[in-house]
Amino acid sequence: MWLKAKIYNFLFLTLSIAGFTISILTLFALIADLVVTGAPRIDFSFLTSFPSRNADQAGILSASVGTLCVMLVTALVAVPVGIAAGVYLEEYAPKNWLTTLIEINISNLAGVPSIVFGLMALGLFVYKLSLGQSILTAGLTLSLLILPIVIVTTREAIRAIPTGIRHAVYALGATKWQLVRDHIIPYSKGGISTGVIIGLSRAIGETAPLITIGALTFIAFLPNSPITSHFPFISFQWLHDPFTVLPIQMFNWVSRPQPEFHQNAAAAGVILMSITMIMNLGAIIVRLRFRKKVTW
Amino acid sequence: MRNFQFYKEKFIEFLLFGCAFLSVIATIGIALTLIVEAIAFFKIVSLKEFFTSSEWTPMFSEAKYGIAPLIAGTFLTTIIALLVAIPFGTIIAVFLSEYANKKFREAIKPVLEVLTAIPTVVFGYFALLFITPKLQVLLPDLPGFNVLSAGLVMGVMIIPYVSSLSEDAMQSVPNSLREGAYALGATKLRTAFTVIFPAALSGITSSYILAISRAVGETMIVAIAAGMQPNLTLNPTEPAQTITAYIVQVSMGDLPHGTIGYQTIFVAGLVLFIFTFLFNILGVYLRRRFREVY
Repeated sequence: MWLKAKIYNFLFLTLSIAGFTISILTLFALIADLVVTGAPRIDFSFLTSFPSRNADQAGILSASVGTLCVMLVTALVAVPVGIAAGVYLEEYAPKNWLTTLIEINISNLAGVPSIVFGLMALGLFVYKLSLGQSILTAGLTLSLLILPIVIVTTREAIRAIPTGIRHAVYALGATKWQLVRDHIIPYSKGGISTGVIIGLSRAIGETAPLITIGALTFIAFLPNSPITSHFPFISFQWLHDPFTVLPIQMFNWVSRPQPEFHQNAAAAGVILMSITMIMNLGAIIVRLRFRKKVTW
Repeated sequence: MRNFQFYKEKFIEFLLFGCAFLSVIATIGIALTLIVEAIAFFKIVSLKEFFTSSEWTPMFSEAKYGIAPLIAGTFLTTIIALLVAIPFGTIIAVFLSEYANKKFREAIKPVLEVLTAIPTVVFGYFALLFITPKLQVLLPDLPGFNVLSAGLVMGVMIIPYVSSLSEDAMQSVPNSLREGAYALGATKLRTAFTVIFPAALSGITSSYILAISRAVGETMIVAIAAGMQPNLTLNPTEPAQTITAYIVQVSMGDLPHGTIGYQTIFVAGLVLFIFTFLFNILGVYLRRRFREVY
């Protein structure tokens, strides 16, 4: 009886370690294959060339500039709005049906498939609001997509601040906004930055919603420069330019039958994966560092 | 002065509320956009045809609008993904929560987290150019685009989600239950499966449901590797199109705004939205319940 239990225990342990190893190894095999195929293709001209009909002359210049521009818009919208929403729900929101509705809605929004966000953007931003198939539309779409991530992590970070701090600040005669501005936000900076980084890394890899709004795959030019030679020297024309991004460029190359393009796809994949992984590692490091610093 | 302070505070509160309420507006925007285009669609195509026709050929001159093939494709990829993700994810969760020591667990969680950061288009590459050729060695008749490899890769992608949420659920079971079981002479295995697993069941189930919802909505893997022909089949070695892949296929073409072809992607999106919405509500409900147990 005792021996049988022991044997079962051992069998399960073997099974679980095997299961663990298999899934991790599969993932690493996939990643290794991508790196082995793609890494040799990455050189200076790959980074600085436009897409081309010839696989060996094609590059990711317009895609990386596009990704950068779209991320800029996404961050400028999602970060302030997400933090504000998180602060409201933790510090201001009364306990009523409206707050419950907002909370349920946010967790539901987090589960909506990204391509559905793309359809909404196509119907609403591209046609109803006439923003066109532009960098602005893409940035707004992705910021809505990552909003739940930023809100949820902001709330978690704020919730970790002890109530005693709030009482102390109020006792000194501060208003609610002074409490939020001078104490709540600075103390939850670590958690909030983690959420922002994870949200943006998710946005960088998103392909589907940008395909639905009609991001072009063959863009052999850069968006308009934000700095112009004549008054007022700053132009926002680039917001309305068509664009492509790294994951769409990769999708385009994967979908072609020629193996030379598949190598380009692998190279783009290596770059894309490195960016998202580095961002996530960064988020983990930020979180650990702030956790160590907190002493309450 | 005091008055100014008061209005400033009120104004800021209102501003913050606006930001929080934006998420509700986004949901309304999604629902309205989908429903408006769907209504226009159903003015031309009858509900009966939509649900009972077995062909989906909106681009043909003799167009047929039966959603069944797309649902079959979605169902098939989801099932294959779950057959991979649920057993592996659960075993990993039990192992991490009940067997592994704290140090190992703390070290492995960030690794799993980083793996969830891989963009899905990269997984699509894996499915089409790595897994399919390997499967073709085993199954020589396997076509280049097939449901099997897309589903398998999707399953691998979902493993970390299942394992991390299930592990959280098992970790939140109070230690006294574990100690009680040990005190009665139960082995680790018995404790894990007759005490901890049932106690964490609603949390574990909610992780499965979120996995389903993710698999149903997954787009790039199936668009790249599962093929682009709607195919009413339950055979995983055939190519088949999912709801999401159809939306991608149509979006890549240049369909004029307001045509029936344009409306079809919104109808497909609405079906997808309703599916994932139901699963999400169920998942949230289960998670709330399991939080309140202890």
